Amino acid sequence: MVKHAKPRAFYDEFFRRGPGEKNTTYCPGCGHGNAHKLIAEAITELGIQDRTVFISPVGCSVFAYYYFDTGNVQAAHGRAPAVATGVARAREDAILISYQGDGDLAGIGMGAIMHAANRGEHMAVFFINNAIYGMTGGQMAPTTLVGQRTLTTPDGRTAGREGFPIGMCEILDKLTAPVFIERVSLGDPGRIIRARRAVKKALTNQVDRKGFSFVEILSPCPINWKMTPVEARKWLIANLEPLFPLGSFRNLEEPPAAYGYRKPVSDQELLEIFAAEKSLNLESRRGLVEDQYVKIAGFGGQGVMSAGVLLANCAIAEENNATWLPSYGPEMRGGTANAGVIVSRDQIGSPVVDHANFLIAMNGPSLDSFEDSVVPGGTILVNTSLIDRKVRRSDVKVLYAPLTEIAAQAGLTAAATVAALTMYAAETGAVSLDTIKKVIPLSIKKKSLIDVNIKAVDLAAEYHANNLRGQI
Amino acid sequence: MLENRVEIEINQCKGCRLCVETCPTDCLVQGSAINRIGYQYVRFEQKGCTACGFCYYICPEPGAITVLRGEKKAVDHG
Repeated sequence: MVKHAKPRAFYDEFFRRGPGEKNTTYCPGCGHGNAHKLIAEAITELGIQDRTVFISPVGCSVFAYYYFDTGNVQAAHGRAPAVATGVARAREDAILISYQGDGDLAGIGMGAIMHAANRGEHMAVFFINNAIYGMTGGQMAPTTLVGQRTLTTPDGRTAGREGFPIGMCEILDKLTAPVFIERVSLGDPGRIIRARRAVKKALTNQVDRKGFSFVEILSPCPINWKMTPVEARKWLIANLEPLFPLGSFRNLEEPPAAYGYRKPVSDQELLEIFAAEKSLNLESRRGLVEDQYVKIAGFGGQGVMSAGVLLANCAIAEENNATWLPSYGPEMRGGTANAGVIVSRDQIGSPVVDHANFLIAMNGPSLDSFEDSVVPGGTILVNTSLIDRKVRRSDVKVLYAPLTEIAAQAGLTAAATVAALTMYAAETGAVSLDTIKKVIPLSIKKKSLIDVNIKAVDLAAEYHANNLRGQI
Repeated sequence: MLENRVEIEINQCKGCRLCVETCPTDCLVQGSAINRIGYQYVRFEQKGCTACGFCYYICPEPGAITVLRGEKKAVDHG
């Protein structure tokens, strides 16, 4: 009868080493393999393999997705808890594992872990503390012992120069939200079996939706400690454990009081948040013919950003999906700025508009910057009030209109982008003018400006009908 | 009674000797033969294995060690 064998939560083959290979990429005697086994065992025993999402860090364990036959996301350095937060909030049924080393978690990722813990996110964090940067070749980590020689502290770490080693369990134990904090060790089989219980408890907490659970695992790095695997385990017990004492720091039955789980926002709630209730009585909810990639570019202060938000809100009001991504310099006014808006009937993956099919160029620098990036067959709307050159490309449709002057005629030069948006809508039919007029009152914060903006829509629509229709 | 035993996947062993040092009954020995990934792998020698699982837990490789507990043979009632 098999008593202990490779848990099913692992892949049968570890493809990173090549087809058919079954051994890890870790050095002989490395603790990652032990920690992986404990986690895989717990996943298998709890029957949560199909709903576990494992967030791999940067570090030696970056390839955990080659080992765990679960959902996997590989996060940027230190950001595993932030990525896990996103997944946990989007997928209420998911079991989140954030697996991180000491450089990743206590160095570059210190902000991410503190705030995830402080919010009590639903995740189990496994913190592999080996007191050194492993993958990059043995540099000092935040957890390196005073006196420990590393590549970057060749004569040993000194507290005066590099600071004291950081105890993450001790720090996190000062926060209110975490439900479970324990430090364990991989020093010998007895310690590993105690570690196994902590790992399983942290994951059981996720099944029971108790909240943020943190297990610090003291782990050997024989290669960078420059020891044999057997010596490294002994050194771990003799040197790491006195500084980082093992044991349970916190084990709450229930999350702290007044701490409630927030459900993901529903589609209906989203519609309401984006001011697109059915009470708008829109004349039309036109079927969008093709996905729209719109770039609105100009000076800060021209209303570029607001126009982008307005377009996105109109699209959402017509029950399409939309994203809005602003791009601007540190100047609030006077710098160049642009907003990318994507409108689609489908879900939108990335909000980045690299190649617009409609460019609204409000000023010269914007036309210079983005003219070449418009897709062939796309359209460029040029604000002739501020741009006196013609578009050089011959493979795009061009509309010339004195947008700022039209807006001034309506009574507000800053409504030039609303005029531009109106012409965009009239030209493409991607949103209806009726929708724009009904969403403007919800989208504009200064109520005194609603009327002039709606007037700008009327004047721009009139200009488009009289001067631009059919223009190539 | 079948005996307790440990099965070792020789091409997954990295010869770190953690299991050799850990085994309470000295059932694991490192030989001189070299496996496909370049390590002198560990062999199991039956010296009263208790199927304690220490070798399984100390071994960092997920699939290198499988521990089997002995079972009573089916009784033949003839």
